[in-house]
Amino acid sequence: MAARQQQTGKPKHGPGSRAAAMMPGEKAGDLRGTLRKLLSYLAPYKFRLFFVLLFAIASTIFAIVSPTILGTATDTIVQGLMSGQGVDYEALLQIIVFLIGLYAVSFGFSAAQGFIMAGMSQQITYEFRRLLSEKMDKLPVRYFDGMTHGEYQSRVINDIETVNQSLSQSLTQVITAAVTIIGTLIMMIRISLIMTVVALLVLPMSMVMIKLVVRRSQGHFKNQQKYLGEVNAHVEEMFTGHTVVKVFNKEEESQAEFDAMNDKLYESAWKSQFLSGIMMPATNLIGNLGYVLVCILGGYLAIAGRISIGNIQAFIQYVRSFNQPLQQVANAANLLQSTAAAAERIFEIIDEEEEEDAFEPQAGHTLGQGMAQESHEAAERTQRTAAADGGEAPAAKGRVEFEHINFGYKPDHTIIHDFSFVAEPGSRVAIVGPTGAGKTTIVKLLLRYYELNSGRILVDGTDITEYSRNDLREHFAMVLQDTWLFSGTMRENLKYGRPYATDEQMIEAAKAAHIHHFIKTLPDGYDTKINEDADNISQGQKQLLTIARAMLADNPILILDEATSSVDTRTERLIQQAMANLMEGRTSFIIAHRLSTIKDADTILVLDKGDIVEQGTHEELLEKGGAYAKLYNSQFEE
Amino acid sequence: MKTTLRYFKPYIPYMLLVVLLLFCQAMCELSLPAYMSDIINNGIVPMDMPYIYKTGLIMVGLAFACSLFAVGGGFFASRTAAGASRDIRRALFSNVTDFSSAELDSFSTASLITRATNDVQQIQQAAVMTLRMAIFAPIMGIGALVRALATSPSLTWTIGLALAVIICIMVFMFFAVMPKFRILQSKLDRLNQVIAERLSGLLVVRAFNSEQAEEERFDVTNTELRKINIFVNRCMAFLFPSMTIVMNLVNILIVWVGAHMVESQNLLIGDMLAFLQYAMHVIISFLFVTMMFIMIPRAAVSGNRIGEVLDIRPTIRDAEDAVTPSALRGEITFKDVSFAYPDAEEKTLDDISFTASPGTTTAIIGGTGSGKSSLISLIPRLFDVTEGSICLDGQDIRTMPQKSLRDAIGYVPQKGLLFTGTIADNLRYGKSDATMEELEKAAATSQSISFINEMPNGFDTEVAQGGTSVSGGQKQRLSIARALVKDPQVLIFDDSFSALDFKTDAALRKALRESASEKTLIIVAQRINTIMDADQILVMEDGRIVGRGTHEELLRTCELYKEIAMSQLSEEELGKGVA
Repeated sequence: MAARQQQTGKPKHGPGSRAAAMMPGEKAGDLRGTLRKLLSYLAPYKFRLFFVLLFAIASTIFAIVSPTILGTATDTIVQGLMSGQGVDYEALLQIIVFLIGLYAVSFGFSAAQGFIMAGMSQQITYEFRRLLSEKMDKLPVRYFDGMTHGEYQSRVINDIETVNQSLSQSLTQVITAAVTIIGTLIMMIRISLIMTVVALLVLPMSMVMIKLVVRRSQGHFKNQQKYLGEVNAHVEEMFTGHTVVKVFNKEEESQAEFDAMNDKLYESAWKSQFLSGIMMPATNLIGNLGYVLVCILGGYLAIAGRISIGNIQAFIQYVRSFNQPLQQVANAANLLQSTAAAAERIFEIIDEEEEEDAFEPQAGHTLGQGMAQESHEAAERTQRTAAADGGEAPAAKGRVEFEHINFGYKPDHTIIHDFSFVAEPGSRVAIVGPTGAGKTTIVKLLLRYYELNSGRILVDGTDITEYSRNDLREHFAMVLQDTWLFSGTMRENLKYGRPYATDEQMIEAAKAAHIHHFIKTLPDGYDTKINEDADNISQGQKQLLTIARAMLADNPILILDEATSSVDTRTERLIQQAMANLMEGRTSFIIAHRLSTIKDADTILVLDKGDIVEQGTHEELLEKGGAYAKLYNSQFEE
Repeated sequence: MKTTLRYFKPYIPYMLLVVLLLFCQAMCELSLPAYMSDIINNGIVPMDMPYIYKTGLIMVGLAFACSLFAVGGGFFASRTAAGASRDIRRALFSNVTDFSSAELDSFSTASLITRATNDVQQIQQAAVMTLRMAIFAPIMGIGALVRALATSPSLTWTIGLALAVIICIMVFMFFAVMPKFRILQSKLDRLNQVIAERLSGLLVVRAFNSEQAEEERFDVTNTELRKINIFVNRCMAFLFPSMTIVMNLVNILIVWVGAHMVESQNLLIGDMLAFLQYAMHVIISFLFVTMMFIMIPRAAVSGNRIGEVLDIRPTIRDAEDAVTPSALRGEITFKDVSFAYPDAEEKTLDDISFTASPGTTTAIIGGTGSGKSSLISLIPRLFDVTEGSICLDGQDIRTMPQKSLRDAIGYVPQKGLLFTGTIADNLRYGKSDATMEELEKAAATSQSISFINEMPNGFDTEVAQGGTSVSGGQKQRLSIARALVKDPQVLIFDDSFSALDFKTDAALRKALRESASEKTLIIVAQRINTIMDADQILVMEDGRIVGRGTHEELLRTCELYKEIAMSQLSEEELGKGVA
């Protein structure tokens, strides 16, 4: 669900940008540190950034000068009239050509600035996404226990988008605004100091007004967000639980609850909407008052001969263009805060400690490139032949030893105590126990998703911590209950563990997993796409696909999580046969639910509350009359 | 869209007020340049200071009036938008609540949620924008144009020229950039999807050593996204300066042309300056209107999506002459029932007849798609039968109020689903005045008492939304307990034991038999173990009952049942079963 909500991608918009700016902004914990870090990511672009700023400033300056020049044009006309000599068109034309030049230069700088900025900000955004993506593969599995998927996703998408927005738009906007304010002020003072003072008199009024409105509306905005959240949560819950609501006759109650929330939402919605709407008329009023004052005072000064009509005209333009940059600069602090907050969340992940010997992405190596594939195939061949020849790397056999291992997810809470056990190559180990007994923990330790507290695990005689993670995992094939497939073709999914397998090998694996026939019936065969929700194939078929995938990966140790979920009887049979094929000749660890599997196992590990309480064969354990016997008998007591 | 717009009807008086107020605001706003022009023409040129003061005062008044009108317009616009959204939200929620499962299934739940939340929010924002801008901009634009015409008809062509240029730029943008925007969104979705996939497959990715492949998969989308983003942003970087330069050039043009007219006495100098401002108003209004053309289709999409939901009338309603049944025993009878999903060509259930009596357990087993779940969903009338009838104590369930039917039924869905609140709140869902003893008893029967007691606050432990703080098996047990607390005559379990291990499953069934001995139990299951001891087992295949009887009988008579049993039980257990 969370994932779906995130899919809009863009950061949530408030009602209009003006309103959004009034939202109580999030704050970064360490503003300065975060900003310094952000700057360090901009460092490689410092030349481009320099030019962006230079161009922005240049463009603004040229834009600021133009009203004065236009004013001179007006004055030329007025003079011509007043003097009765007629308008000096030559002078006027000169001014106008000069003006066009100014506009063109301003346009050029502005467009160039935007052009460079777009490339730069997108490159940075791309880099951030790549960093977070790689980090996903480098962080220890433990890290993800403490963070929901939705949250990670939101950082990769929303937070990066926020930073992107501030970089690509707000940064130049704020700088342009600052330059505009200063430049405009200078131009205004040049025209008339008194008029500038008068025009500026209304500014504090404007500030106070904005402050008042913001303060009043902030509460309503907060409420609106809060009630909106409540309404959404209620809707989500009730729609998801629609059947339950209905069969328990709770429709009226749920509606009443909804109405109450909805009404509260309405109250805060219209108030915040209204108050944020006041901003514009309020600042407008100030602007208009300034305008009127300038007209009156300008008229007075003009009569006194101290100012020209063209200057009044220019001055009006300046006063008009003063408000917007002022607001932008006022917002800059908020913006900085929310950018820093987003950036901080990104850096939090980037700075997170990676697992030792973490995955290192190889740049420039792209799947599907002919050359790369060939060389990889060659490498794989030599590796395999070396292994077969009994060269330096001894052939993997699949012997697994647990030596006095202790483990707990939390350091102070050990759940596996001094567990020792040896699985001979080719043997089957069934792990059983009640729900929540921690059956998957053993598997997770074996694959070194988590580190042991003490003791060691040996695979083919070597401590798993001495392998690189890559090499260690080369020993394992995995079929999980949660049939994870990605949205790609059947072929891509099957070859997931061995991208360079031939089609013959793939088909062979698919046949052994009893899925070849099904795939053949699909319109595009092995090139059929598994869609986003993977609902174009059934649960059972998904399971068969994951079995085929493991089969093709062809690794000596197998980890199997038997599904408890429901598939129809015939598919169920196919799955069992496929699994039996898969287990053939491999050391298998099976999280077992089916009795037949359990009975066929060479060893059964019985878990309870994370502790391995018993181990042995079916007969041995039954004779012992302990936890396993109880578990087994509970199904048939009559 | 029409359906959605209907909800704005009650607010028509408000909306008329908005139009009126905005009209007044526009008129005030537009008269300011005229007064400025007067100051120049009649004040400065003839050097008449009192005239300047007088006119200035009028302008101050107008400025205040202008803002007042704007505030008033904003007030009614806000109330309209928020009010209509509230009404739409309420209507939507209540309509969906009334949906039967048939209607619900025609949308995905996720899509319904988005429609009730995001889409309504979109409508609200669009409504405010429309009421403020879409109405104001044309009034302002036309008003400014009229003023400009009145000031100097022979200069008006300059505005036309500017608009023509702007339209050209806009058309270019529309065709060059708009399609890219759509791609942009789909690439973002794709990026999201890849991340979501990788997060959920974290363990698999690592087990298969396929990190590199995942990075490359991500990089493909990330690179595409960057390219499109650069293109779009660069177009935008070009757009805004273009608008500025067009406006500036129009200014120059007006001054140049105006100069000639002023000299030939066809135009007063103040009027030329006023005209400059009117021209700007026209152009800016025009830009706003074009922005509206981008906004409104988006809102229309939301409006349509909402309308789709609102237009659907729930098919299952109480009969007008519904009779409330008196004291119920809980006997369920299916009489020649057939059922097909709406729009489905084939029947999901075909000719089903059986009786489930009080004090007995009826079990239903069969493969996926055999119609088990469909069958039991007919009992609480989540769907209505297509043919035949279902009776509760001899009365057709369609002739009684849904409320009294459902009061008699306790239903445990396949997926244990809990609501936000404490465990006690959840258990009391079907009976809000249940005592603590009742809760404890139900918890004991459903085998949940031990884990509830282990929780930090026992029965008062909060369950997070969607119940993420409890495991799948615990959720199932709690939803069983919830149904037990309700204490109905009929208990229906839709494969509700699937996430339980054998031990718990067995203990639960044993306790259930003891505590609910008088009730009618109907159990759907995949596992033979769960149903072996039922009084009556129905074996389903392709929507038909292909076998009925007890476990022992079926092992002898029903080939399919035997097949299922053999795949799940060992020889020894089969032997036990037969013996």
